[in-house]
Amino acid sequence: MRGENAALGAAGLAAFLALGEAVPRLGLVEEEYFPPTSRIADALGAELADGAFWTALGDTLTGWAIGLAVAVGAGIVVGVLLSVVPYLRAATASTIEFLRPIPSVALIPLAVLLYGTELRSVLLLVVYAAFWQVLIQVLYGVRDVDPVAEETARSYGLGTWARVRYVLWPTALPYVMTGVRLAAAVALILAVTAELVVGAPGLGARIAVAQTSQAVPEMYALIVVTGLLGLLINVGARSVERRALAWHQSVRGEVAV
Amino acid sequence: MRRLLLRLVLVLALPVVLVAVWWVSSSGSEDVYWPPLRTIVETFPQVWTGERWRGDVLPSVLRLAAGYALAGVVGVALGTLIGSYRRVRAVCEPVLEFLRAVPPPVLVPVIMLFAGIGDTMKIVVIATGCVWPVLLNTVEGVRAVDAVTAETARSYGITGAARLRHVVLRSASPQIFAGLRQALSVGIILMVISEMFAASNGLGFTVVQFQRSFAIPDMWTGILLLGLLGFVLSVLFRLVERRALGWYHGLRAAARRSR
Repeated sequence: MRGENAALGAAGLAAFLALGEAVPRLGLVEEEYFPPTSRIADALGAELADGAFWTALGDTLTGWAIGLAVAVGAGIVVGVLLSVVPYLRAATASTIEFLRPIPSVALIPLAVLLYGTELRSVLLLVVYAAFWQVLIQVLYGVRDVDPVAEETARSYGLGTWARVRYVLWPTALPYVMTGVRLAAAVALILAVTAELVVGAPGLGARIAVAQTSQAVPEMYALIVVTGLLGLLINVGARSVERRALAWHQSVRGEVAV
Repeated sequence: MRRLLLRLVLVLALPVVLVAVWWVSSSGSEDVYWPPLRTIVETFPQVWTGERWRGDVLPSVLRLAAGYALAGVVGVALGTLIGSYRRVRAVCEPVLEFLRAVPPPVLVPVIMLFAGIGDTMKIVVIATGCVWPVLLNTVEGVRAVDAVTAETARSYGITGAARLRHVVLRSASPQIFAGLRQALSVGIILMVISEMFAASNGLGFTVVQFQRSFAIPDMWTGILLLGLLGFVLSVLFRLVERRALGWYHGLRAAARRSR
């Protein structure tokens, strides 16, 4: 069954690539706007041989990694703090609900003014967007704590720190991991967006340059790279999740089947 | 009554404190980039007059609505199709995973090539970005239709359109709404970015224009307005969701009580 699915998936991918080759060649769309797969692949090869491409990739990944790390750290600390201290969760609920839906791109003009095309510009947007993903998951996760476990820990005289470590954290971890996965994807989107719109160095800026200089196949090649990057990040986050939650029911159940 | 009062205090206290802190700490601000909140609030009605609403806010919102609706219809339709047939799903999965992983804002330059810089470009950008969360969530939701429900429906002879409407889409609807919620924030981001990139009107365009001409308080009002728009849309979404998924939340609450 698994093998068959993989074969069907490979066939789908091959058909997709073949369609990308055939449609512009047959003149169904303008080749100028939609280069065939082979030309995009050529451009991709040229990019891979270019040192500037690797610098851009490094810049994008740096912005992504630092931003994600800050957002995850802050999200976890703030989330646990809000849930552990009485009344804090209730007092901050309305503010969080108000701040969360504010689109991070609204901050682009501010980022440009404050930091120009520096890395900090990218970080401002990435951290703002990714922070909420983690925070909300932590808050939900902590709320899921089994009252019996909590009461048991209390009656055994576990202190606040020990309760956070042994009761609250294991319960919240699956939620946190989902939050990290979502945040990793959002962080990539915002990093590329900041580079694209603000002009901070990175893949996004390279796409913008390729577009303005009419280098269409290069533009598609770079977009393919961002897609592959997104795919890798998703797969990586999933494997981290599986490792961190190896003890958890959801993962153990998966393995058994 | 006292409990209601307490809740009101809890809801309002922090926002009031935060706004007060902002107001006081920025009141004597000489920093060009951080104007006093007072100035921003006073600028707001001057900037967002009736003409601006008609000329910039309304077009933005209409493009968002059109792109979002398009993505919703296409996403649910394709998702139902892909989710219903195992083989179709297996063929499409890798391609869909890849297309979803592409950060949506990079679509702006691509679609600009095809569709120019008009309204069509923006609607297409918004739709192509929003469609993935809806599509993939619909696929998952359709796959997860309860086997007993499906069998029961079959043995009662419920097939075709009735089955699709009452069984498949119904039981997939919580997932579909989760996708629509994700799509909403993607949609707002794309609305703003497509206008920042190339436009002659719209919210994103106006805010960038303010920033480039160093009309800093005006820019701040734009940021506040974008924030308010995001907030209002998410509240509206929650209202719609509560109506549409009322049966589901009721079911969950009942299950929790009986546990």
